[in-house]
Amino acid sequence: MSDTHAGEVLTTQDGKPLKVALAKALRREKLRALALIAPLLIFVLLTFVAPIVDMLFRSVENGIVEETLPKTVVALQEWDPTSGTVPDEAVFVALYDDMAVAVEEKTHTRLGSRLNYEASGISSLFRKTGRGIKRMDEAGPFKEQFIDLDKDWGTVETWQVLKRFSPRYTPGYFLNAFDAQQTANGIELKPEDERIYMYLFGRTLFLSVAITVSCLLLGYPIAYLLSALPLRSSNLLMILVLLPFWTSLLVRTSAWKVLLQQQGVINDFLVWTGIISDAGRLVMINNQTGTIIAMTHILLPFMILPLYSVMKTISPSYVRAAKSLGANDWTAFWRVYFPQTIPGIGAGAVLVFILSIGYYITPELVGGTSGIFISNRIAYHISSSLNWGLGAALGTLLLVAVLVLFVVYDKIVGIDNVKLG
Amino acid sequence: MANTRGAAVKYDSVQKSYDGETLVVKNLNLDIPPGEFLTMLGPSGSGKTTCLMMLAGFEPATHGEIYLNDRPINNVPPHKRGIGMVFQNYALFPHMTVAENLAFPLQVRGVGKAEQQDKVKRALEMVELGAFGNRRPAQLSGGQQQRVAVARALVFDPELVLMDEPLGALDKQLREQMQYEIKHIHENLGVTVVYVTHDQTEALTMSDRVAVFNDGVIQQLSTPDDLYEDPQNSFVAQFIGENNKLNGKVVEINGSECLVEIDDGTKLKADKVNVAAVGDRTTLSLRPERVEFDTVDTMDNLVNGRIEELIYLGDHIRVRMNVGGNDEFIVKVRNRGEKRKLAVGETVRVGWALNDCKALDAVV
Amino acid sequence: MKLKTVILAGTALAFAGSTAMAKDMTIVSWGGAYQASQKAAYADPYVAENPDINVIWDESSNEAVAKLRAMNEAGNITWDLVDVVASDAIRLCDEGLALEIDPDTDLADAPDGTKASEDFGDLLVSECFIPQIVYSTTFGYRSDVAEWNGKEPDDICDVFDLETFPGKRSLEKRPINNMEWALLCDGVPKEEVYNVLETEEGQDRAFKKLDSIKDNVVWWSAGAETPQLLADKEVVIGSTYNGRLFSLIEEQDQPVKMLWDAQVFDLDGWIIPAGLPEDRLAMVKDFVKYATDTQRLADQAKYISYGPARKSSAPLVGKHADLGIEMAPHMPTDPNNAKNTFLYNYEWWADYRDDIDAKFQAWLAQ
Repeated sequence: MSDTHAGEVLTTQDGKPLKVALAKALRREKLRALALIAPLLIFVLLTFVAPIVDMLFRSVENGIVEETLPKTVVALQEWDPTSGTVPDEAVFVALYDDMAVAVEEKTHTRLGSRLNYEASGISSLFRKTGRGIKRMDEAGPFKEQFIDLDKDWGTVETWQVLKRFSPRYTPGYFLNAFDAQQTANGIELKPEDERIYMYLFGRTLFLSVAITVSCLLLGYPIAYLLSALPLRSSNLLMILVLLPFWTSLLVRTSAWKVLLQQQGVINDFLVWTGIISDAGRLVMINNQTGTIIAMTHILLPFMILPLYSVMKTISPSYVRAAKSLGANDWTAFWRVYFPQTIPGIGAGAVLVFILSIGYYITPELVGGTSGIFISNRIAYHISSSLNWGLGAALGTLLLVAVLVLFVVYDKIVGIDNVKLG
Repeated sequence: MANTRGAAVKYDSVQKSYDGETLVVKNLNLDIPPGEFLTMLGPSGSGKTTCLMMLAGFEPATHGEIYLNDRPINNVPPHKRGIGMVFQNYALFPHMTVAENLAFPLQVRGVGKAEQQDKVKRALEMVELGAFGNRRPAQLSGGQQQRVAVARALVFDPELVLMDEPLGALDKQLREQMQYEIKHIHENLGVTVVYVTHDQTEALTMSDRVAVFNDGVIQQLSTPDDLYEDPQNSFVAQFIGENNKLNGKVVEINGSECLVEIDDGTKLKADKVNVAAVGDRTTLSLRPERVEFDTVDTMDNLVNGRIEELIYLGDHIRVRMNVGGNDEFIVKVRNRGEKRKLAVGETVRVGWALNDCKALDAVV
Repeated sequence: MKLKTVILAGTALAFAGSTAMAKDMTIVSWGGAYQASQKAAYADPYVAENPDINVIWDESSNEAVAKLRAMNEAGNITWDLVDVVASDAIRLCDEGLALEIDPDTDLADAPDGTKASEDFGDLLVSECFIPQIVYSTTFGYRSDVAEWNGKEPDDICDVFDLETFPGKRSLEKRPINNMEWALLCDGVPKEEVYNVLETEEGQDRAFKKLDSIKDNVVWWSAGAETPQLLADKEVVIGSTYNGRLFSLIEEQDQPVKMLWDAQVFDLDGWIIPAGLPEDRLAMVKDFVKYATDTQRLADQAKYISYGPARKSSAPLVGKHADLGIEMAPHMPTDPNNAKNTFLYNYEWWADYRDDIDAKFQAWLAQ
């Protein structure tokens, strides 16, 4: 708007600024449009945005210590965790008051299982203390009584953990997700035999790439065939492509077990034909091979459909033109046809990659130990260990990883170069 | 055609069927001398495009042989035929720039980098698009894309260029301009061009010879003026230019002339083109601009007609009349600025020469 | 207008019908044969006596802990009674998600008047837990392995003996039980196992022992996998729940035998979700009292080979409902089977589970 003269505001007949009048005239339209998309907007907010925000929040939220032991947290502020000595009586008095309330409200065991993620043994410490607190002498002194009840109250480590996790927000879950931990000496990597998440992230990415590549290699010729065949036969083939969609996931996965296991159909056939010996049966399931095969099968339609829809729009005259200009079949394909399918490849690859990076049922069933994904650990922490904070931190990292890859992809291929149809 | 470097094409008894039940091309025999601009003209479904595709190598001939410079090419794959081709929607590669599109045929032939650049530059200059080498096809207008397509088909110096309705997507004005440009390029380079269109104006403007296709058969193969002046059958007369039809019966044959009694009883003299014997049904064909209002009694044919409608078109006036029972009888009167008054409802005498009236096969 | 009235009337009727006719009670269990045995032994006879109760079964027990926590956070408990293993019951109780019960008032006395707290005894491992059955995790092996030259494993440590008993094994994809067995076979006395496992060195020792067979292990996460793997000859020895092996051996007639040595007892039972409204709580308590009395627990053993949790039920265990075979010899608690058993320490695992599980998964991934 640099070419409008300063101070010269266009107005309507009755002197109102033109822009105001225009905005007013369009407001009704905008409100109507908003009302139309409102149901979808609310749906997306409730079912998609809200859970993600909740997940991000959970990965750092740690109010439970302060809520359960408010006085103790205040009293602990005075205590120096590097001093090497257990806090003095004042802290234990606060602990007694807090625990009495917590036991009444039955919240102490919940705090125990929260802190047990950070240091083994705290769960039973709180459970035991909860049982014993009623028998304590209300007059004090409390320090001896607590240490009598459980000697862990007399160790510095217990108090260090309590103090470290007393703030409302904690980086602890994220550190854990990075295979690191907070110690008295600051942040350091966990011992080697406990590092797993970074390794699993790496493997998840590697396997997802492998699955995407094998989907592409298998899907490309099929999509081409689909787009080149006459409608009748291509419809039939399309039904075959979509068939995996209509079969239960568990049935499909079980079918792969029957086919791939060492006493399975494929191995039996190979032994029967003499290609392999009975002792040399191939291990094709409960490892990465099994995961890649089963996941490729499941995700193949997601590669074929975008490819097909892009190929369908490529006029056969391009390849004819290339040939008339002197290109042989391969050159015509590689220089002329293939580059035009890149938007489809991009869309299919992004779809398959993102779907596979978050998959967990199939890897759980056929992946053994070498073919499982980070999502399997997330599922474990959500449904089994109940360490939702760690699950949320891992989920957040996965989300960030996907977004970073997306940006990289945008830089290399260009996101506007993706076409679903 | 002084600097002819074109190829000779020969279709020898070529037949084509897609389904094994009907013939799309019935029995094609066609000789195209080097350097000729030959147009295959016909309505859609007449077989002209199929003939072109067989020549390009994208459709195999069901029977017969096609020769390129006396060499049979039925078993030569398209990319080894060395034929340039311009497609209906240009088929410019959308992911390459204009210059890359033009360099493509040179690259696949292993032409050196420097020579490539040189040829691309010259080809772009030929079509007056020297500054557009770095654009993508989608950034060009329809006419510019068209020129790029022509340049690409010519850049590797083919002896034969095929064009499949290349101007179909352009508007009228641009189409006319491009017709002349293509014509000039053809004249300058001397390549053989086989051009397919359903637009008769295009065919007449550009071609050395026109092959009119219908129903898988060449109806007539001749120069544009012969085609207009001497149509060999009703289909050609009908398809090329405007044409008045009068149905009747041959009552007398006299050498190359004949006398025809049209359906309202009027007897007219006509040039005997496509009738065999007295008593045959015939359709007389007469061009609207050959009918005269300023008649003299010595004219071969004189009839009365009633003026039904007058349309003023500037350079000429179009008069629709009822002549011999045909009320779609059109007469074109050149606008000479005279104040001669024609009025609707008036009955006037019109006349024409025997040679302008062709007795052709009967149209039902 | 008429149509509208009809619809309204119909809807009203439907609502009235569902509230007045039957009270819904949602019971969550594991599905399969186990849930079927609960239905036959507890729910069907109870509904026969109380026709106004409508039992709805939900097969979500394997994710009950997470779902109960989510329901609790949402403030909407839709389950009335949940079947869980003892360790989950302890966790739910710790988290305040399960209701604490008083065995002597909430559960029925034994027929001879013994109080429930005494009849269940040690099996009341948590204030919220109402025990139902004793099951065990133990090994089954194929009895037709040619490479074993007629020998059959009879000791837990044969699982670790690849020379005498070559072939693949299947073990559960979690540290619990596997770590204990590894230490036992590495020479740790039974009563010392948890003390040793508490130390870094002890854990390393267990992993080292497991390392010796790691390449020959197929890891399972669902109880149905080992029976399938045994039946398919994919493995020759595998751990799973004893009831699964019973059905593989007796019902499917596979050439598989039980290796009861060092079987690990575990408990399964009910918890009542915390925060139920009064009327539903009363309904559930009435059902639980009925479903855990001496006769009902004994009845369940007709359908599945898990031992009743009450001492007073043991003499009442009869024959299998379909096969007609005596069930007592197939119970994990039968003296012949329980010559050498291992006690699973719930409290200890509640403390160390998070830590050791992380190490176990890291070890698996390497």
